[in-house]
Amino acid sequence: MEKGRYGVHGGQYIPETLMNEIHKLEEAYEFYKNDKAFNEELDKLNREYAGRPSLLYYAEKMTKDLGGAKIYLKREDLNHTGSHKINNVLGQVLMAKKMGKTRVIAETGAGQHGVATATAAALMGMECEIFMGKEDTERQALNVYRMELLGSKVHAVETGTMTLKDAVNEAMREWVSRVDDTHYVLGSVMGPHPFPMIVRDFQSVISREARAQILEYEGKLPAAVVACVGGGSNAMGAFYNFIPDEGVKLIGCEAAGRGIDTKDTAATLATGTLGIFHGMKSYFCQNDEGQIAPVYSISAGLDYPGVGPEHAYLHDTGRAEYVPITDEEAVSAFEYIARTEGIICAIESAHAVAHVMKIAKNYSKDDSIIVCLSGRGDKDVAAIARYRGVNIYE
Amino acid sequence: MSRIESAFKEKAFVAFLTAGDPSMEKSEEYIGRLIDGGADVIEIGIPFSDPIAEGPVIQSANVRALRNGANLSKVFELVKNVRKKYKETPIVFLTYINPVYKYGAENFFKKCSEIGADGIIVPDMPFEERGEISEAAEKYGIDIVPLIAPTSEDRIKLISQVAQGYIYIVSSMGVTGMRSEIKTDIASIVETVRKYSDKPTAVGFGINKPEQATKYSAIADGVIVGSAIVKIIERLGENAGDELYNYAKEMKEACLKAE
Repeated sequence: MEKGRYGVHGGQYIPETLMNEIHKLEEAYEFYKNDKAFNEELDKLNREYAGRPSLLYYAEKMTKDLGGAKIYLKREDLNHTGSHKINNVLGQVLMAKKMGKTRVIAETGAGQHGVATATAAALMGMECEIFMGKEDTERQALNVYRMELLGSKVHAVETGTMTLKDAVNEAMREWVSRVDDTHYVLGSVMGPHPFPMIVRDFQSVISREARAQILEYEGKLPAAVVACVGGGSNAMGAFYNFIPDEGVKLIGCEAAGRGIDTKDTAATLATGTLGIFHGMKSYFCQNDEGQIAPVYSISAGLDYPGVGPEHAYLHDTGRAEYVPITDEEAVSAFEYIARTEGIICAIESAHAVAHVMKIAKNYSKDDSIIVCLSGRGDKDVAAIARYRGVNIYE
Repeated sequence: MSRIESAFKEKAFVAFLTAGDPSMEKSEEYIGRLIDGGADVIEIGIPFSDPIAEGPVIQSANVRALRNGANLSKVFELVKNVRKKYKETPIVFLTYINPVYKYGAENFFKKCSEIGADGIIVPDMPFEERGEISEAAEKYGIDIVPLIAPTSEDRIKLISQVAQGYIYIVSSMGVTGMRSEIKTDIASIVETVRKYSDKPTAVGFGINKPEQATKYSAIADGVIVGSAIVKIIERLGENAGDELYNYAKEMKEACLKAE
């Protein structure tokens, strides 16, 4: 496959101003990914700061209740900062620092990537500015304050739909304005090459650990790996080392919002078409004229009109399956896993849990399913309460 | 000689506006007034939901145009109407890649040639990705006008060698918008471009005052003004015609001072 391409997807559709910078980034990454000192430093950070390896937890009560495959939860929610986002951020910020950058910027939807970036910036002594859709700053007010506590400046983006897509637009505009001292810490497996590759590689620690863990616990590979997909970083990380294992089914759960037959959806692979946006060729929710659609999901982290190019490719080849999960299903799963396992997971991750609740019984008791629990749900409690008609605010 | 070549026989004033802001009828009128005032080339922005290379002024114009129902068939109709009255002025589309990709490059450029458009600028399609449209554009004789940025350095050669129409020199880092000061060494960029291409150069991003037009026309072959024009339209809405005419006249005269 051509460099930076996943089938027809991927590429580098960005303004000329960024091209030399993105080439430098690619060179730097090719160097550091094989650099012993860099990898030792990153491993140490992952181990001693982020708390890796994350647990692969056997959810016994869920398993019994659902009556089929053994359910294992990959506990990315237990990482420092509460989600898988830290895996990518530690790698990128460390690399940015080595490249001589003094400032990082990032987009964020739910705020998890923003918090992770702000955290890494604080740790490594970098200046940090986060772009977040105004609507999301309201949905996730606590995370805004968290980023500010960590020393970052948060910009509430008031253009377009005021959500994740617009935060990416604004972060790109900022990067074009100040590329010399600034690295854009893209938070998902999206954007122009080499970002989809870099983010995937840093996130692939999830499946590297999970694969070894499940072999240790079960003595065989899982029947399926299930993860939620917005841009798709936790899913790509959870899938990656299982891709060559043909017997392992890979299932990505997209946010259907109020349903894929309504306008209020963010299920890109279920409803989108081929396009070129945010630096990449992939599938996007858009109209017939190529205008990007205003998407919707209860989950700010999945509320994005595109999907990473490697997911688009896994979809095309049939290696992975992508299913839409509605707000209602996700909220029910959020409540279910809290009651059943005593785990309050992120509403994003609850989309994956919801699908496992549907399919577990189709498998035998000898099979196992790994669910990537990408983040913790403290940030979502108030919003879920409001969804259920309980009027509390953070 | 192509329309674009003719337009750059003297120092050129390139005027940009967003199609459909505030309406297609008004865009048609305003393009006429800009040409009557002295604009040598018209760049027409095709409205897009997410114009990542634009500053706040042109972003707002995109929002207004889309809200008022702008779409591709209306933009094509607009150009067709302008072309009926103005046979000589080159018309160049500025569009993000997705609307072209979605419409299909073959269909898009066929349409361009039918309505009398001359060129296309795609801010999110760098040199490496021009294969996305180059075959279709060439087939229908539409020039792909490339952008060269302050950061292009060793890429100037690569880009200049395949340049068609004219070469858009991006004056500053960042997005479109009016700037009081331009720090980039434009002269050295233009000098490098001229080593590899005989196409004319026009400097854009941030230019809004006559003094800037004179200064950069002396260095390059012309200037491109977008945000300042869109700002006039934003301010005066349906009644911007006279001011646009006067502004174009003033800017064209300023360009000619550089001769």
